[in-house]
Amino acid sequence: MKPLVNRADFPLLADEPELVYLDSAATSQKPRTVIDAISSVYEHDNANPHRGAYALSVRATERYHAARERVARFLGVSDSRGLIFTRGTTESLNLVASSWGRRNVEAGDEIVVTASEHHANFVPWQQLALERGARLRICELDESGRIDPERLATLLGPRTRVVAFHHVSNVMGDIAPVREIAELARSVGALAVCDGAQAVPHLAVDFDALGVDFYAFSGHKMCGPMGIGALIGRRDLLEAMPPYMMGGDMIEFVHDEDSSWNVLPHKFEAGTPNVSGAVGLAAAVDYLDALGLDRVHTHERELVNEACARLGSIDDVVIHGPPPGEERSGVVSFSVADIHPHDLSSILDARRVCIRAGHHCAQPLMRRLGVAATARASFYVYNGSADIDALVAGVQNAKELFGHAAI
Amino acid sequence: MPPSDRSGAPDLSALYQDIILDHYRRPRNSGKLDTPDERITRKNPFCGDMIELQLTFDGDRVREARFTGQGCAISQASASMMTQLVEGKSVAELEQLAADFTRLVSEGKATGADPSLGELRAFSGVARLPNRHLCALLAWGALTEALLHHG
Repeated sequence: MKPLVNRADFPLLADEPELVYLDSAATSQKPRTVIDAISSVYEHDNANPHRGAYALSVRATERYHAARERVARFLGVSDSRGLIFTRGTTESLNLVASSWGRRNVEAGDEIVVTASEHHANFVPWQQLALERGARLRICELDESGRIDPERLATLLGPRTRVVAFHHVSNVMGDIAPVREIAELARSVGALAVCDGAQAVPHLAVDFDALGVDFYAFSGHKMCGPMGIGALIGRRDLLEAMPPYMMGGDMIEFVHDEDSSWNVLPHKFEAGTPNVSGAVGLAAAVDYLDALGLDRVHTHERELVNEACARLGSIDDVVIHGPPPGEERSGVVSFSVADIHPHDLSSILDARRVCIRAGHHCAQPLMRRLGVAATARASFYVYNGSADIDALVAGVQNAKELFGHAAI
Repeated sequence: MPPSDRSGAPDLSALYQDIILDHYRRPRNSGKLDTPDERITRKNPFCGDMIELQLTFDGDRVREARFTGQGCAISQASASMMTQLVEGKSVAELEQLAADFTRLVSEGKATGADPSLGELRAFSGVARLPNRHLCALLAWGALTEALLHHG
């Protein structure tokens, strides 16, 4: 299988033709068009938006607003005032837990998360529960590490305020039944908060159709720059929530005694916005839209099937996550006998193969898998079968290195 | 720390040699002491590696050392070899050994008071892997803390 795109689209990959980059779930490489879009802001339209009464500032404002409209359209958000630019998924989820959570979660209430959440969608809720005297309930996974909606339903009740879950797990790669979970949450009057960090880069996402109340994602995993992402939320909820950070841009009037807030989305975007980040993210959206997310997903699915089959045929390799043939995004977590993932990663690195090794910011899941860490290869549009060849050869090399000492 | 090498790490067969893998798979002094004088836990939050080091002292000298832990071959083999070397040594001698080993790991050369460093020289290859220095030094951080506390 060939890559879906030309590696030449990505300056770093073109510059290092021998590099085998299999860590796109951590961050993707960036296409030339995105890098150029970021530069173009600083080269042609750099001024502080929303502030200056001069043409250059107006241009900066227009580029920022156009970026928001573009990203909203990409994600099926009909009302772009509900798309708040943030630093990324982590800030987006913290915003909801802090702003909505502190106002709405009381002692004795319950917050439901799943056992495979990234720390960014686990710790804010855990800490909110501790602060408010609420109870954090953790939905255990099925035998393949997926969310089981039936099991989730047994945890929901009249005190459930929030159901926080992932769209795609960064460790297992499973794709959650988001609409079904959102329905369950709604049926008990709870918020559905979805971490889309591993979904938006890889699947067609239609926010309005998903039925969730909040959806968070990051730009840097989807060909965009680091430091930009968004929270998408229902207008009525966002209108009722207090600001998360105070400062410039987010106020309406500041009186000596109190202040009032700007309209959405500005109420949640305190300080000078990340214009170049937003413009870069919009360029990433253009890039992905031109490819077609359905093609991206199909490409990754084929790569993952191939990687699972070939890794799985190596003795002592255990692949975590959904069984072969089931829905899975472009992520393969695996373990190799008693070779620790960090040792494996160093050995692969010596062969210019980049994988992630560690707990993947999902320690609750690692405990349940009974491992301290896993190795993870993740695929994207610029990967092809040659990358899997290098991965498999590297794993075999690691086994040889470790095999020469008697077990 | 040497500058990161764009071409990646060297051939790692020199690092993952028999002696390191042997200590990884058959750690020496693995376990706990009944009544340790010092008990220090060290974790690496980036990777989840963990070492608990337990020591008893005769005055200024380490009498016994035991450790438990989990993690990569480098962190666990380093802990295992360390516990073999510490018994009978004084606080000052161990502080010097820890400094020498730290230099070996960061510079790839044994240049300290004891240029031999014995089996620990097996870790010189870690110097080329900046992201693995903490693995090799995890147990030694625990030792340094225990010595400070005991001192």
